[in-house]
Amino acid sequence: MNKKVLSIVKRYQADKTRLLDMLWEIQRQYDYIPHGAILTLADELNLSVNDIRETSSFYHFFHMRPAGKHRFYLSNTVIARMNGYQQVLMALEQATGATLGSMDVSGTFGVYDTACIGLSDQEPAMLIDDVVFTRLTVDKVQWIIAQLQQGYSAAEIANPQQLPTHSIAYVDQLVETHICQAGPVFFQQETDYHRLLQQCLTHDPDAVIKTVLNARLQGLGGAGFSTGEKWRLCRETASQTKYVIGNADEGEPGTYKDRALLIRSPKEVFLGMIIAAWAIGAAQGILYLRAEYIYLKQFLETELQQLREAGLLGRHILGREDFSFDIRIQMGAGAYICGDESALLESCEGKRGTPRVKPPFPAQQGYLGMPTTVNNVETLAAVTRLMEKGAAWYAGLGFATSAGSRLVSVSGDCARPGIYEVEWGLTLNQLLEQVGAVEPWAIQVSGPSGECVAVELSGERRFGYDDLVCNGSLMIFNRSRDLLDIVHQFMQFFVTESCGICTPCRVGNVELRQKIERIIAGKGCQQDLDDLLSWGEIIRRTSRCGLGATSPNPILTTLAQFNQLYQAKLIASQGTLLPSFDVKAALQGHEQARIKVMQIESEPSKEVVK
Amino acid sequence: MSIQITLDGRPVSTQAGANLVDVAAEHGVYIPTLCYLKGKPCLGTCRICSVSVNGRIAAACTVSVSDGMIVAVDEPALADMRKALIEMLFIEGNHNCPSCEKSGRCDLQAVGYDVGMLVPRFPYRFTPHQREVGAERIWLERDRCIFCQRCVDYIHDQHSGQKIFTIKGRGSNARIEIDKTLADQMSAEQVREAAELCPVGCIIEKGVGFNRPIGERKFEIKSVRQRALEDDV
Repeated sequence: MNKKVLSIVKRYQADKTRLLDMLWEIQRQYDYIPHGAILTLADELNLSVNDIRETSSFYHFFHMRPAGKHRFYLSNTVIARMNGYQQVLMALEQATGATLGSMDVSGTFGVYDTACIGLSDQEPAMLIDDVVFTRLTVDKVQWIIAQLQQGYSAAEIANPQQLPTHSIAYVDQLVETHICQAGPVFFQQETDYHRLLQQCLTHDPDAVIKTVLNARLQGLGGAGFSTGEKWRLCRETASQTKYVIGNADEGEPGTYKDRALLIRSPKEVFLGMIIAAWAIGAAQGILYLRAEYIYLKQFLETELQQLREAGLLGRHILGREDFSFDIRIQMGAGAYICGDESALLESCEGKRGTPRVKPPFPAQQGYLGMPTTVNNVETLAAVTRLMEKGAAWYAGLGFATSAGSRLVSVSGDCARPGIYEVEWGLTLNQLLEQVGAVEPWAIQVSGPSGECVAVELSGERRFGYDDLVCNGSLMIFNRSRDLLDIVHQFMQFFVTESCGICTPCRVGNVELRQKIERIIAGKGCQQDLDDLLSWGEIIRRTSRCGLGATSPNPILTTLAQFNQLYQAKLIASQGTLLPSFDVKAALQGHEQARIKVMQIESEPSKEVVK
Repeated sequence: MSIQITLDGRPVSTQAGANLVDVAAEHGVYIPTLCYLKGKPCLGTCRICSVSVNGRIAAACTVSVSDGMIVAVDEPALADMRKALIEMLFIEGNHNCPSCEKSGRCDLQAVGYDVGMLVPRFPYRFTPHQREVGAERIWLERDRCIFCQRCVDYIHDQHSGQKIFTIKGRGSNARIEIDKTLADQMSAEQVREAAELCPVGCIIEKGVGFNRPIGERKFEIKSVRQRALEDDV
């Protein structure tokens, strides 16, 4: 074992910032990360053993114990649950002999839950050994497992024609990409990258930043910070070394628009990174790709290679001796929080993905302490397009406070789930009509971290930064859906994904989840609703990062727009005790002890036997 | 550079870039803290120093003051927010002060008294935690860990620079770990430093328990508030 691990370490030049890559390789080798491998890593990287575990135990996909030769990760989103998740899970457990969260006795199969894997338009879906299977049914699951039992690998089953794994045909075979409404900004295939980059490089970096500022482009990852401003801050920070990072850690449940961009417009995304590098003065870039999208890695590597061969990436781009820039792909390992830009930086450095204390901001001290701009995949693609069409063109799209357009990943109760490009200003009702929503009732805008709105009350609201902000996720629920159960699942999601570094998020979300459970169980009273509101507010306002700042939203926004659902569950307090307090259960211990004492007392006293 | 900020409605002159917790203390306004340690890199984990800065809630330990900043500390809603965070820590762990070696010199207990905490608004969890007693001179009482990360960030092996204390897992499953080999190589001073850095009774130095009688301990002689205001931490 030692030899294999040593060769992995050597390949990464014992660079501890590449710890995630090394852990991945070890896990691919042994199907988990054995203790012995950690000992070797610790020795070679000058880290304590526990320090390595600190990182490895943070990420969902790393296993410290044998977890099965074939590991199934079934996406457990609310959308999957609307489409047969439960039956698929039962079929999986039955066919493999493994119960959820563990492996079967022979160690062949491991069945695990995982948060959204970016396939809400084709759920239920699961990852197996670096490939993905979608639109699962009981039959399909049984067939897959039978094939695995016959000795075929997951890769062979998913790719029977053995298409080259770097080809678009391979990617298209694994997942469907439904682009239902494209343009004017995204998925326009006419770009001449060579000409566009040449044109960008004739402008000095400040002029490029000015164009992005004038276009009024705001980050499309969700936070909506001005992209031009981010770049300007980064450019102004004096440093020889700077970095550009593409954030492809699309983890918000319900979104899959970055996946669509990476599949259909990868060069737009990479060109955006190259333009950013020119603007801020960076020579190195990283695309942080979520582990759930591992099946895109080779395809993306090939796209990068094509850019290098065309002289658009690498040393002396387009023959300019003053501009060299290259991009590498960093795989994540399963942590929603790494979508936060500073947590992503920590993860890129081979550590736990805990959000940093700000300031300093990444533009000042980012990756490896150097000025870094972190931009979402969609933002980068928008940059490419706006550089092509001009700032005025982009700024002219949308309306006063919200320029341009954004991609929305639509899922749930509608006829045509898929990707829709929405120009800011469109109303919710208009979009619902486009997607063929079927009796829409509640709409989860921006995933769990966003807001849940009632179509009745909010249908005429318009998408924009001053009204219905959207980070790219839109889930549609009709009246047959159990909204409180959905709220509970979202709270469970935040509890699972909280990094735990700050008190309100680590402790508070568990309390909120328990309250919701109490209300769903029909044991809540008005005081529980009041607590939800005030506790939610405390967590929202005191948490360290965006996760905690938004985690109470499923509760707070449904309390605002679907209050009657909660009211219908409440019961009145009787006397001074809360309805959730079970007097009998609380006194059970005493009662048992009392009975025991009575029994002992009633027995005839025994003589001590010598 | 000398600047002016507004602290609870009062104009206050101070130096730009100074830490808000220190600036407030210098001007007689106590902000409770647990993870913050003057002069050490800011951790920003416990959040019990949450105050209002220009109308937004921020952890004071993460704030460097700048000219014109408007800071509110002593407002009932803000005080309640801080109290709630302290209560969260009390219900998350198992904190039985009367039986704890750290009583009287425990920051968590001291700030609990300071904010007037009686019964937490959150239900006690009574989660069992396994204690770690394997190291020669240190024992970890995990019931009391508040994940401040002081030991994780400030205590390193003196030869290799490696971490001795680490966090395993994430979220509500996180737990503090100690590298026993490295711990056994710590100097006597470093062991003491680790135990004293710990704001609760989680890192305990073996063999010196109850070396100072109850009633004569740090916060029993002078309150945490008084100490902070007199810069006598």
